[in-house]
Amino acid sequence: MMGRTIFIDPGRCIGCQACVSACRECDSHRGKSMIHLDYTEPGMSVASLPSVCMHCEDPVAPCAEVCPADAILVTADGVVQQADTTRCIGCSNCVNACPFGIPKIDLQAKLQMKCNLCYDRTAYGLAPMCATVCPTGALFYGTLEELQAERPGVQVADSFVFGDVVVQTGVAMVVPADKVQWPVPGGLPVVEVNGVDVR
Amino acid sequence: MTATDPIKAASRPVPVSIDPSIAPPGTRNFRDAGGIPADKWHADQNGETLVPTHCCFCGVQCGMYLRVDKGGKVFGVEPRNHDINRMRLCPKGINAYQQVNHPDRLTAPLMRRSRDEEFKECSWDEALDFTVSEIRRIQEAHGNDAFGLLGGASLFSEKTYLVGKFARVALKTKHVDYNGRLCMVSAAGANKLAFGIDRAGNPFSDILLTDCLLIAGSNVGECFPVMTQYLWGARDRGASLIVIDPRETAIARTADIHVALKPGTDSAFFNAVLNVVIAEGLTDEAYIAANTTGWDEVKKTVAEYPPSRSAEICGIPASQIVQVARVFAGAGKAMAWHARGIEHHSQGVENCLSVINLCVATGHIGKPGAGYGTITGQGNGQGGREHGQKSDLLPGGRSITNPEHRQQICQIWGIEESELPGAGTSMMEMVWQMQRREIRGLIGICNNPFVSLPNYAVVKDGYDTAEFHAQFDFFLSETAANAHVVFPVTTWAEDEGVMANAEARVVKHNKAQEPPAGVRTDTWVICELARRLGAGKHFDFPGSREVFEELRVASAGTVNDYYGITYERLDETGGIVWPCPSTEHPGTPRLFEDGRTYHADRKIHMQVVEWHPPMDAYTEEFPLSLTTGRTVAHFLSGNQTRRLGALVEQTPRPWVEVHPSHGFHNGDPVRVVTRRGSEVFPALVTEAIRPDTVFIPYHWPVPTAANALTIDALDPRSKIPEYKVCAARIEAAERVDEVPAPPTAPGHEAYPEAQVSRTDPLPPTSPQGRGTAERS
Repeated sequence: MMGRTIFIDPGRCIGCQACVSACRECDSHRGKSMIHLDYTEPGMSVASLPSVCMHCEDPVAPCAEVCPADAILVTADGVVQQADTTRCIGCSNCVNACPFGIPKIDLQAKLQMKCNLCYDRTAYGLAPMCATVCPTGALFYGTLEELQAERPGVQVADSFVFGDVVVQTGVAMVVPADKVQWPVPGGLPVVEVNGVDVR
Repeated sequence: MTATDPIKAASRPVPVSIDPSIAPPGTRNFRDAGGIPADKWHADQNGETLVPTHCCFCGVQCGMYLRVDKGGKVFGVEPRNHDINRMRLCPKGINAYQQVNHPDRLTAPLMRRSRDEEFKECSWDEALDFTVSEIRRIQEAHGNDAFGLLGGASLFSEKTYLVGKFARVALKTKHVDYNGRLCMVSAAGANKLAFGIDRAGNPFSDILLTDCLLIAGSNVGECFPVMTQYLWGARDRGASLIVIDPRETAIARTADIHVALKPGTDSAFFNAVLNVVIAEGLTDEAYIAANTTGWDEVKKTVAEYPPSRSAEICGIPASQIVQVARVFAGAGKAMAWHARGIEHHSQGVENCLSVINLCVATGHIGKPGAGYGTITGQGNGQGGREHGQKSDLLPGGRSITNPEHRQQICQIWGIEESELPGAGTSMMEMVWQMQRREIRGLIGICNNPFVSLPNYAVVKDGYDTAEFHAQFDFFLSETAANAHVVFPVTTWAEDEGVMANAEARVVKHNKAQEPPAGVRTDTWVICELARRLGAGKHFDFPGSREVFEELRVASAGTVNDYYGITYERLDETGGIVWPCPSTEHPGTPRLFEDGRTYHADRKIHMQVVEWHPPMDAYTEEFPLSLTTGRTVAHFLSGNQTRRLGALVEQTPRPWVEVHPSHGFHNGDPVRVVTRRGSEVFPALVTEAIRPDTVFIPYHWPVPTAANALTIDALDPRSKIPEYKVCAARIEAAERVDEVPAPPTAPGHEAYPEAQVSRTDPLPPTSPQGRGTAERS
């Protein structure tokens, strides 16, 4: 059951990178952004998509699972923290394990960095910086009920299929209502991958 | 599949500040049970204070907190739950605070006696005395009108009021204008003609109530990102979205109808839409009969614009015109918002009037969710002209040629009517006058014409011809680098004052820190110059508050009535929309609810609009339309944003957007040639633009200045330059021109690397902020 979390709605993204700038301003990693903004059809369209850490819940975050130094810790409320600076050895295992391509290694510092859902803010009941400022609501922080109250009929997905592994995430994606059942390679509620029914 | 590993322990202790028995730390309940207000949080954490204020940039005027440390220095930003933006901020707003203590700040006056010399730092007395002696020399030899003053629409309204008063009372010149002339004066002119009042008819919140939203010539996603929440809010309710833009912008991408018309054909399009509305019987005849004049003439004119003719002019299918007419006129409530895309034309006023005609003829006006608005580019684009900074206006929007209005203002200012100069010329015309040596000296406040005016060669020549040029700024802009004297003045965070946003909502900016040593407020400098010119008794203002009190009185009883607005009321509310005639009056967010306008007959004056081609003719040599605009990371001439690391990283340089049919590959050097000159930009090949149109963002100086190529043709009524269309051709080039770094003042020789680029191990998301893949 999803509690208060981030919902990503790519249909609303205008590619302004306010989330990227806001993430840089967050006190826990000031000066560095933990958000990527991707262009989905470059040269064809201005469509864009912000990516934050999905805070995988089930199985327990792959990045944390493979960390040999136990540097990536998960809080009891499901937030997958960025690497503990006293433990991280900069081995990049987490980078390879993440199905969403989120963690990055600061090569100079030999340290993994990623979105920790602004734990210094969310622990106090504030929304993460990115979702607070997002001018369009492409990043929304709240409960599913709050989202649906604001956007009637909106549908979300919080499970993603990679090969034979279904990953349940703490962060959810908004998907067009009539497209929920469509197979989307690489993410969203996929029913078929490479011709294999994975339901 | 289920979890295989137990959840690992939390990495660090969770701060406890809510009842742990209800929500134990480390649980989701703890997070959900939050609610600690933003303005308490940081103060609790760091001993810092949060100063409520607004963004210094565009006409949305988002509320924000500036974070101030124990030493009294601004060091960050925190979103603020203000009525306008409800916490939202765009990247410019988030990074704006970095200007305040930026190492490039000017902290002492700069002076040189001729342009052959280098700037030297000097004392305030030296700089002021030299300026005053040059003003006296020029005016004694060539008359008072040989000296001009150019203000800015990023100044607080108090300062714009002072600029107008200083020009007329202290300099005694008619030549005063402002850079809002380059912004929304076409819309202002059209609104005055049609309604007798110069502002948007509806607040932003009305967008949420509409059934059909028409956006004409506004790249909302990049120029006013925070407005998008209103657009998407309307969409959530099922409103349809119509976007008129030659480019497929972020909002056009999701529109129900995107009309990608050829630049410079807007009024032909809107006339044809009205033609279809009439043909299909979708007009609101009862509203027209009761509230308007001029309808018969308008009807006769639009009969000349059948969809087939306009479709050919606009380069779009005629079916789109019919579709727009049916969707807009058929909606229960419909709204039209427009911006520079239809205003920056030699027919900018006509374009706006054609949109107004459509709204009025369909009865979509003066109701919640129905009306019109223009989105101002500069923070105080609206307020900047309301109180006498514009060449033809006196405070309160009074006309400088109306004897009664002149008398009223002279009484308030304590001068004789014969001493008050008449109407001056517009910003671009003043540059032409400098070329002709009719204006020989100039003070510029808060503007950067070297980047923002069209036809750079003419602008440079005009300024170089001027015998004396002084500039107020907090960074050494490209224009300030040409001056004889540069006065280092405060940023928006170091003074207090009001601005009026695109809804005409007056909001108050608060002072967050003391200015650096050596820096003065614009108010102090203007008053000090006036004192030295012998007009001190008219300029006895210790600060903004005293100026605002005089401004309130000066506007009382006018259309732009600020009398009921006080600093205290602004501190208590989310802003007040003028007219506000008394301190009990709540303000007027929506106009014409009773159908009455501000003309003497209280009617809407519908105006005939005829389309004419853009001023720069297309030929075989110049077959394409060059159009210009903004990018989300930068603001106007870029003097403020081209120094902020995150924004420079996001959009480091300009580009030329071209359609794939021209055969270029992404990143190819492309020479763009117009009748004014040529420059080379990297290509951004995209299908999101018309094949006959190219686009360049205009925030950079030469040699990558879009405005070195644009035409200095003006709208005959609003005198706004035709930035949005000129004839051009493109050709392959050898290499791309370099983007110059902003000029630096003495003592700031090295451009601070740390400010340009923060150490960031992450790969750049996109080299130019928009889709950029190689196409084969």
